Amino acid sequence: MIHFVLHDAKDSVAVVVVEGVKAGMELSGWIMDDDKATHVTAKQDIPIGHKVALRDMAVGDTVIKYGIDMGKVVAPIHAGEHAHVHNIKTKRW
Amino acid sequence: MATIGKDTTILGYRRENGRVGVRNHVIILPLDDLSNAAAEAVAHNIKGTLAIPHPYGRLQFGADLDLHFRTLIGTGCNPNVAAVVVIGIEEGWTQKVVDGIKATGKPVCGFGIELHGDHDTIMRASKAAREYVQWASEKQRERCALSELWVSTKCGESDTTSGCGSNPSVGNAFDKLHPLGNYLCFGETTEITGGEHIVAARCANDAVRERFMFMFDRYQQVIDRHKTSDLSDSQPTKGNIAGGLTTIEEKALGNIQKIGKKCTVDGVIDKAEMPTHPGLWFMDSSSAAAEMVTLCAASGYVVHFFPTGQGNVIGNPILPVIKICANPRTVRTMSEHIDVDVTGLLQREMTLDQAGDKLLECMLRTANGRLTAAEALGHREFVLTRLYESA
Repeated sequence: MIHFVLHDAKDSVAVVVVEGVKAGMELSGWIMDDDKATHVTAKQDIPIGHKVALRDMAVGDTVIKYGIDMGKVVAPIHAGEHAHVHNIKTKRW
Repeated sequence: MATIGKDTTILGYRRENGRVGVRNHVIILPLDDLSNAAAEAVAHNIKGTLAIPHPYGRLQFGADLDLHFRTLIGTGCNPNVAAVVVIGIEEGWTQKVVDGIKATGKPVCGFGIELHGDHDTIMRASKAAREYVQWASEKQRERCALSELWVSTKCGESDTTSGCGSNPSVGNAFDKLHPLGNYLCFGETTEITGGEHIVAARCANDAVRERFMFMFDRYQQVIDRHKTSDLSDSQPTKGNIAGGLTTIEEKALGNIQKIGKKCTVDGVIDKAEMPTHPGLWFMDSSSAAAEMVTLCAASGYVVHFFPTGQGNVIGNPILPVIKICANPRTVRTMSEHIDVDVTGLLQREMTLDQAGDKLLECMLRTANGRLTAAEALGHREFVLTRLYESA
């Protein structure tokens, strides 16, 4: 069972691709570009399609997905937490 | 064996100007909002015809009016359309649309309502529509090269599974169509924001790159002029955010997966312009689904790939819209809208190559006549893009 996928090994967030991810679950991940496995422990419930943080990030850090800048951290994030609009914002507009 | 190759054929309708269509519509096209009632009455009278009502066409001017004409004329010229009856409130602009469509050589005529009223107009237009639909019903599909199929793409109600699954599947299909010489199209200018450097790097040459950056910067200026916030209530949309997308950059990086890994961006067109040579074209366009798909149809595309995450239900009156989805919850809860299920991709049960082939297989069946989910469900969203307010 693959619980989350990421594109690039450098990505700091990954996408949950199954329903029912709960805090405390050991999650198996797939790095698509390298076809390699990885894992993280969920610290919060995360809905399907939403992102799980793969490492700790501080306010002002750049969030990496697809190996590319996808925005900035606006509230501290710990590995395994839900990463979304409450802790990440666009750098544009 | 590869799903498609240079010998692959489809069964299409060869039009008078040589272009190949995959549908055989006789459309009743209103020039303006006032003519919708008459157009719909004609389509009700004459079975097998299709009215395409819309809310605009009065007191537009300048570039916005040009776009209105370009979109209506392009819709009539599309090879999925066999013949056209145009109805407008007056004859001048009606004739302008008729003349534009007439260049294709297909049957077209127009009727102005003023000095006649709805009854007389509906009667005369119905007579023409009846002749057209009987004529069109005798048209036969014939073998055509796959390379003659013009294919466009735009995604909608995207979520993170779009960027990992359904969009890369479209990209894989585009990478396979591009070497065959198909005309391909993508757009959604705002949803390139954050990935514009990637698209620029894929442009075939400096002239294309400059034109792309001109279009990109022009749209950013529109946003800067009108925005009241960082657009975080619009881009990403509420649906995108519910689906897990957080920023415009993330949405854009997922969006541009649709142009694959290999194919070059070979040209840039403005809204509803017709591309002039084979290859992948970037069309400056809104990211609103129905607006963009309407523009693709007006540019002459005859099949559309529409990846969705949360489940956009869009269709188009003349352009078959093929829905592809990688989100298992959407496929489970909205199965009647999904043509191609690539959920296996995210469980490693299917390779990207297989997902691209599955989409191409559906494309061939659609081109040969199979109705898409959106067609079967009666989705006929036709939405004209406006550039600014009317005079």
